Amino acid sequence: MDRFAWTSGLLELGETLVVQQRGVRLCDGEEKVKFDSGVLLLSTHRLIWRDQKNHECCIALPLSQIVFIEEQAAGIGKSAKIVVHLHPASSNKEPGPFQSSKYSYIKLSFKEHGQIEFYRRLSEEMTQRRWETMPTGRTIQVNKDPQAGRIRAVGIVGIERKLEEKRKETDKNISEAFEDLSKLMEKAKEMVELSKSIANKIKEKQGDITEDETIRFKSYLLSMGIANPVTRETYGSGTHYHMQLAKQLAGILQTPLEERGGIMSLTEVYCLVNRARGLELLSPEDLVNACKMLESLKLPLRLRIFDSGVMVIELQSHNEEEMVASALETVSEKGSLTADEFAKLVGMSVLLAKERLLLAEKMGHLCRDDSVEGLRFYPNLFMTQS
Amino acid sequence: LFQAKYKERGTVLAEDQLAQMSKQLDMFKTNLEEFASKHKQEIRKNPEFRVQFQDMCATIGVDPLASGKGFWSEMLGVGDFYYELGVQIIEVCLALKHRNGGLITLEELHQQVLKGRGKFAQDVSQDDLLRAIKKLKVLGNGFGIIPVGGTYLIQSVPAELNMDHTVVLQLAEKKGYVTVSEIRSSLKWETERAKQVLEHLLKEGMAWLDTQAAGEPQYWLPALFTELYSQEITPEEAKEAIP
Repeated sequence: MDRFAWTSGLLELGETLVVQQRGVRLCDGEEKVKFDSGVLLLSTHRLIWRDQKNHECCIALPLSQIVFIEEQAAGIGKSAKIVVHLHPASSNKEPGPFQSSKYSYIKLSFKEHGQIEFYRRLSEEMTQRRWETMPTGRTIQVNKDPQAGRIRAVGIVGIERKLEEKRKETDKNISEAFEDLSKLMEKAKEMVELSKSIANKIKEKQGDITEDETIRFKSYLLSMGIANPVTRETYGSGTHYHMQLAKQLAGILQTPLEERGGIMSLTEVYCLVNRARGLELLSPEDLVNACKMLESLKLPLRLRIFDSGVMVIELQSHNEEEMVASALETVSEKGSLTADEFAKLVGMSVLLAKERLLLAEKMGHLCRDDSVEGLRFYPNLFMTQS
Repeated sequence: LFQAKYKERGTVLAEDQLAQMSKQLDMFKTNLEEFASKHKQEIRKNPEFRVQFQDMCATIGVDPLASGKGFWSEMLGVGDFYYELGVQIIEVCLALKHRNGGLITLEELHQQVLKGRGKFAQDVSQDDLLRAIKKLKVLGNGFGIIPVGGTYLIQSVPAELNMDHTVVLQLAEKKGYVTVSEIRSSLKWETERAKQVLEHLLKEGMAWLDTQAAGEPQYWLPALFTELYSQEITPEEAKEAIP
């Protein structure tokens, strides 16, 4: 920790911020120090740490001081860390919080995550060494100390070599993965071309192609994740899969709907269903496509889309228009209500409460008072008292 | 007669192609399985690789996240990763909506999602969040992505935000607040237009009014308060989110 110097924390001319991360603690080797909660900034030239509670307390370390860095995975009760091995401090270093240290490394402890991104960026900066080519307002503490050079040659070279090997191995894995990915994508591209050609044929022969063939084709597209331009108009985006899903949903959602007054927003449904599944989750599109089929399959639920674009699932037995009548009563009792107030009273989500009040307004039962203090609804006396 | 023969030929051709596609699909599935057995971990652990993967899919016209039933999702597990992230994003936005009116910076969303996922979960990048959010749009809850400064504001309520609103948000991003005079001088608008936009943001709960500021009233955006980053989601707020 004796390599750090006090700083204003302002970036110099020619110095650029690369990434920053909150909730970082600094450790001097294995020992904790008082710098336990700060924002860690990586620039093209320095590593800067600023205390989150006391912004005046700010220290920095030139990147040129860094020999190499390692990752230390998180453990039980322990945050993930980056270990930064450093050159000895140069004799003309600016004053800092520590005069001396028995360690030649520090640890950056990421209490609020972010270590993966930070490590990646720091590695990049260490490779690019932009501080050497981008001069800044004041001289950088480049370590040209000959004594330091000699020490470096002895102990650290072995470690550096191992790290280089590890980097090469990782690089090899990544490049193999990319190669394989490219080959895979070539094959996927062929599939896309083929599907386009079939889609064109279908378009030309509209009416001559059997429903069965169309359904087969759509399920192929679904498997590949290819968008379906042609048959959407004729049979919708649904496939057998979505039909099954719709039936499943009708079973799963019956009770939750009853518990929530017969109506739920589609985002609520998405979360509920996926939380229950745990694995093999539904995509948002799967959910929407399945819900679009509810009515045609004569299931006891239906999809409804409000003017605002909000999508909900309702029990068939649920009659939003009837609910409007009771909403009117509630509003009349209280004189006037905002969506928030109404939601709290009735025990609904604010989103759906607002939709109900808007529907009541559309039907002429409520009037709005739209001001900066919020949107408030009143019983429509123009209707009842004219 | 000629036309009938032509149509018949056409039918046969399409059937052939469907059969061909079916065979090629099986082959592709095998290739994908092989790829998955070697590199599935890479996708799960490496945000960079995920970006490459997504970009390549987009280039050839394939959406690996369209359906949980797609090959990509089933074999590579990409689906579950993003769909679960979708749930976490919805929950965070819902919990914080009363504070920020349904607008949140990508940074803050990132922080809160990471916190919610816990220490042992896979890391997610901001790119991952953006892709998950793009998929959530289809649920009709008003999810939107607004570029401001060098980053993005995420909208999670069905409030209408047009170009005027977006531009004012971008202006406010620098300091966290904006005034009518600033809008007039930076954007060259009349007072009336500026006021309309600001009032809309106030009504939606996305802006707060500070009438006690020196000079003229300041319109602050809670979404841009950096101090909020460190605040935990309270139990009450968590209850407001999906059980």
